[in-house]
Amino acid sequence: MDLLANLATGFAVAGTPINLIYAFVGCLLGTLIGVLPGIGPVATIAMLLPATYALPPESALIMLAGIYYGAQYGGSTTAILVNLPGESSSVVTTLDGYQMARQGRAGPALAAAGFGSFFAGCVGTLLLAGFAGPLSEMAFAFGPAEYCALMVVGLIGAVVLASGSLLKAIAMIILGLLLGLVGTDVNSGMTRFNMDIPELTDGIGFVAVAMGLFGYAEIINNLAKNATDREVFTAKVQGLMPTPEDFRQMMPAVLRGTALGSVLGVLPGGGAVLASFAAYTLEKKIKLKAGEVPLGQGNIRGVAAPESANNAGAQTSFIPLLTLGIPPNAVMALMVGAMTIHNIQPGPQVMTVNPELFWGLIVSMWIGNLMLIILNLPLISLWIKLLTVPYHYMFPAIVLFCAIGVYTTNNATFDIGLVAAFGLAGYIFTKLGCEPAPLLLGFILGPMMEEYLKRALKLARGDWSVFVTRPLSAALLAIGVLLLVMVLLPAIKSKRKEAFVED
Amino acid sequence: MSIKSQKDFVSGLMFTAVGAGFAWNSALSYDIGTASQMGPGYFPLVLGLVLVLLGGFIMFFSLVVETPDGGVIGDIAWRPLICILGANLLFGALLGGMPSIGLPSFGLVVAIFALTGVALMADATSFNLRRMLVLSSILAGGSYLVFISLLNLQLPVWPAFISGF
Repeated sequence: MDLLANLATGFAVAGTPINLIYAFVGCLLGTLIGVLPGIGPVATIAMLLPATYALPPESALIMLAGIYYGAQYGGSTTAILVNLPGESSSVVTTLDGYQMARQGRAGPALAAAGFGSFFAGCVGTLLLAGFAGPLSEMAFAFGPAEYCALMVVGLIGAVVLASGSLLKAIAMIILGLLLGLVGTDVNSGMTRFNMDIPELTDGIGFVAVAMGLFGYAEIINNLAKNATDREVFTAKVQGLMPTPEDFRQMMPAVLRGTALGSVLGVLPGGGAVLASFAAYTLEKKIKLKAGEVPLGQGNIRGVAAPESANNAGAQTSFIPLLTLGIPPNAVMALMVGAMTIHNIQPGPQVMTVNPELFWGLIVSMWIGNLMLIILNLPLISLWIKLLTVPYHYMFPAIVLFCAIGVYTTNNATFDIGLVAAFGLAGYIFTKLGCEPAPLLLGFILGPMMEEYLKRALKLARGDWSVFVTRPLSAALLAIGVLLLVMVLLPAIKSKRKEAFVED
Repeated sequence: MSIKSQKDFVSGLMFTAVGAGFAWNSALSYDIGTASQMGPGYFPLVLGLVLVLLGGFIMFFSLVVETPDGGVIGDIAWRPLICILGANLLFGALLGGMPSIGLPSFGLVVAIFALTGVALMADATSFNLRRMLVLSSILAGGSYLVFISLLNLQLPVWPAFISGF
């Protein structure tokens, strides 16, 4: 395992001019769409996924990774400029970022977010490259029971981070698992729950689910809101670069955020959101220097730390996906979908079977981060202009992109009906205060989980205790229980409420 | 006893109903098997029953636990709901055609104009003819450029009775 040789393989793939262009286009599109208020990485990726169908797998994934980073950065941009987090991981960025923008210091805030993200991205990429090998070797020691336990932990993680009721989040996961089972059962060859609709024989298309639940439901909700809620902050952005004083303040915060984010990102279900919250909480605990503005009133540390943490977390959350094939969050679930569309089964074998793809993707993540900073610093003023485009020009375009995207997945009108059904479901879910993200994760994991559960119990001759007698599986389940207990503890419960208040 | 959270009560009801549906269906139509030899009905049956249970709990708590704002569901935004989903369905029907009702394929351009028009109606103040035509033209041109010329997607562009296929 030679890290440098592997990285060289990666550079050979990701560094070709055509793939550089795809990375650039991905970043550009991702930022462009991510910067639209209320549209986070999940919706952006779901929307742009079909644009990558025609590409070779390497280029497609490289472009998607670019879209992901772009969307994430775009989300932070709106968080800072208009107090609208594009996604949950940039919620805390609004606290100090928007305050800075109001004081006319949007430039330094955006730059701090950019620099912080880039630094964290570099560290995250190195960690990913260094740990992916050993971890994927460990993955071969995983039996079906361990996989099952790991998925349970991942799903619990998703529950922990969902805002609102715990029970409802668990119910959404189960609903997702059930929906994932629709279609042909691989073991018996039987078609399940297809309601005699031939198009459902292959299961429900996940693009339709994701776009319906996230894209359409979001548009309907935005339109239902009063127009004033969408009002845009048009104050002048003065001075782009942070002062040397700003740098002195933000560097330690960036380092702390990166360290925290890298660790938390690996946890299934955790990833970027948990990382950014934890980083902000840490910054709040650190003593203010003389003359420093308190956090929450426009302190640059309050932008730099969570932004570095969420980017580091985003990076390291690829580790469980690429080494174990288990998506730790909704974005990664979409990446799994993208990989399967290109006939790649995510998991430990990706590294040995498709080393070019594996290392190419890792290197392209770093390139994506670089592109972001090149792209965004000069373009900040443009992003602000984009925000002044009236919403009534924006939403028909978004509806159109979703519709074209869904149609082209299978070239079938049926899928468009399906996305409408999920759009309706998504609207009902928001009305009822049920979060759709756990459902999507369950949806992706459903068939996988059934498969591993079946195998695990077959090997154990139907004895359920196998999950607690195998040490690795028991340890994983213990982590899951611990996570649940943590959420149920009153102290954390109130923190969690407080943290999600901006949603 | 009164409902303390409308949202929770209705969502609990929804989960229970869906869970019962899945469980019922798996128990009746598919082989359940045993834990060591799971049939196609085993996993969905278990999940369905768990969902029924969870839905029950959620409903129970919605009757017992006090929520600050009463968990009111609030008005349903019928207009955006119908227009957005309708625009999408119309787009699909026009783009691919619906042989079952004898609707020919009208192609991308017509479908985009229809989608934009209906979608704009979602917002009471958004619709006017000029805006619709301008936006549709921009979107149609842009989509042609990106999806047809650049990405080479196989979509019918013009109505079938003009282009001839």
